Amino acid sequence: MKSQQKEKESLFSPRYRKLISNPLSLENPITVQVLGICSALAVTTKLKPAFVMALSVTVVVALANVVISLLRNGIPSRIRIIVQLTVVAALVILVDQVLKAFVYDVSKQLSVFVGLIITNCILMGRLEAFAMANKPWPAFLDGIGNGLGYSWILIALGFFRELFGNGTLWGYRIIPQSFYEAGYFNNGLLILPPAALILVGTIIWIQRSRNKNLIEEY
Amino acid sequence: MKSLRKYLDTVKPQFMKGGRFGKLHSTFDAFETFLFVPDKVTFKGSHIRDSIDLKRTMSTVIVALLPALLFGIYNVGYQHFISYGQNPGFWHIVGYGLGKVLPLIVVSYGVGLGIEFIFAQYRGHEVNEGYLVTGMLIPLILPPDIPLWIVALSVAFAVIFGKEVFGGTGMNVLNPALLARGFLFFAYPAVMTGDKVWIAGKADAFSGETVLGHAMIGNTDQINDPMGMFIGLEPGSIGETSVVAILIGAVILLFTGIASWRIMLATILGTTALGLLVNAIGANEYMKLPFYYHYLMGGFAFGLVFMATDPVTSAQTNRGKWIYGFLLGALIIIIRVFNPAYPEGVMLAILLMNVFAPLIDHYVVQANIHRRLRRAMAAQAPFLNR
Repeated sequence: MKSQQKEKESLFSPRYRKLISNPLSLENPITVQVLGICSALAVTTKLKPAFVMALSVTVVVALANVVISLLRNGIPSRIRIIVQLTVVAALVILVDQVLKAFVYDVSKQLSVFVGLIITNCILMGRLEAFAMANKPWPAFLDGIGNGLGYSWILIALGFFRELFGNGTLWGYRIIPQSFYEAGYFNNGLLILPPAALILVGTIIWIQRSRNKNLIEEY
Repeated sequence: MKSLRKYLDTVKPQFMKGGRFGKLHSTFDAFETFLFVPDKVTFKGSHIRDSIDLKRTMSTVIVALLPALLFGIYNVGYQHFISYGQNPGFWHIVGYGLGKVLPLIVVSYGVGLGIEFIFAQYRGHEVNEGYLVTGMLIPLILPPDIPLWIVALSVAFAVIFGKEVFGGTGMNVLNPALLARGFLFFAYPAVMTGDKVWIAGKADAFSGETVLGHAMIGNTDQINDPMGMFIGLEPGSIGETSVVAILIGAVILLFTGIASWRIMLATILGTTALGLLVNAIGANEYMKLPFYYHYLMGGFAFGLVFMATDPVTSAQTNRGKWIYGFLLGALIIIIRVFNPAYPEGVMLAILLMNVFAPLIDHYVVQANIHRRLRRAMAAQAPFLNR
């Protein structure tokens, strides 16, 4: 990244826009970098917790990126990880309190996984790889981009797992009772964590067959 | 026969590269090699092509499956009518059984082969014959009354995620037929477990519990005598009940050398060893059940003959086969006797051992390398010390 450009860059120059669009597909944190898998398996049995979790991670990673980027010249490199952790932990506590105040039931469903955002590899990765070396605005965009890349996978997983595993979406019944009377069954496998892995694998498969650059040589 | 050959030869150019249907080459090739032994010969080196190719191997397995299939068809009808206390005669029974089993076979082959053809066409491969056996195995390990759309879904899952993802026939880690059953088992437990599903169109008042179901809850007095289980007129998956029909298939497979006798023997040894151990503990009714009952109950015989010996997913080295088989037999007893959630342990045991087979092979090969290395070093030692 060349960030020492002298003239003023517009806020949404092509380079900045790439910071948001790349993590959605070619540098997706889940399907390409394979980070943050744990929470993707754990919270996506229903759409609502998946959405809330996605939102929380996006907020935390964007704000943490900004804070670390502001501090980046003042952080001694030997203790940078602990500083990053402190910042993230503070933000996660804030998010946790907000969730508890406004969506208590979802917060209970997410249980430890909100707290575990602190150790989410996506956050550590973005802070180390990007925020430590870039100015606040691109760091913010990078955080939003990676958060969204994480989000759409989570929401897609939550959608399929809740619809076919439970017959509902966002808690509302989608598959009508008459289907069940006609012999339809919910797919119990989708509720189990391995199904999320299989679905993520399918997304990776589609992504790689559409974009051969992603296939490693071996 | 000759006119068929002639016809194939006249249409063949259209299916070659550049021909009108060049894109459908793999489909044509599949049918041609299915009808005639391919006349391909090697040009280099001292290799001879055996006329037993994959297609003919698979056909032999299908022949070996026929006794179990035919018995299964009869048994499905027999169980249905006996739950109502009727005996309408042989042909009615067979007719009812056919009406239940044939749709399953048609759906299994239709969906599975359809997916295989699409993938082969898309990748420009030959269509592989591996599915011929899988497609027959899947109906035989299902309960007779299972809804057809569920079968179609599980077949699609097994073929796509069990085989095509890894590169097609011969590349799969797990046995695709068992993967289909495993998928059903976890995705739709309502149609795969319990005492309601094992008899087609069962009368409500009749208990349809399988032998394993009885054993699980300690009703050992309800279990058929060994001879009855050997013949197999009892509720269960379509092809698994009759040990005698499966043994005929086993003889065919062993005689033609397609299945490994090492795996079969080792599995029986493993089951016997753990069975005797469990007998010695004898803490509950199930544990007191004589060890040889386990050969006759549930899917043991079927899984042992047709699935554990699958040449792709089992261990490849001879010593590995002994280890693989023994652990498999031991696991079957452990899952059956000690796990309250799964009455049948054969499916899960084979799937688990499929995963371990490459690891076993790796260590067998490494051990061999080390042994030979040590021998070579020992032979050289006198000269090195000089």
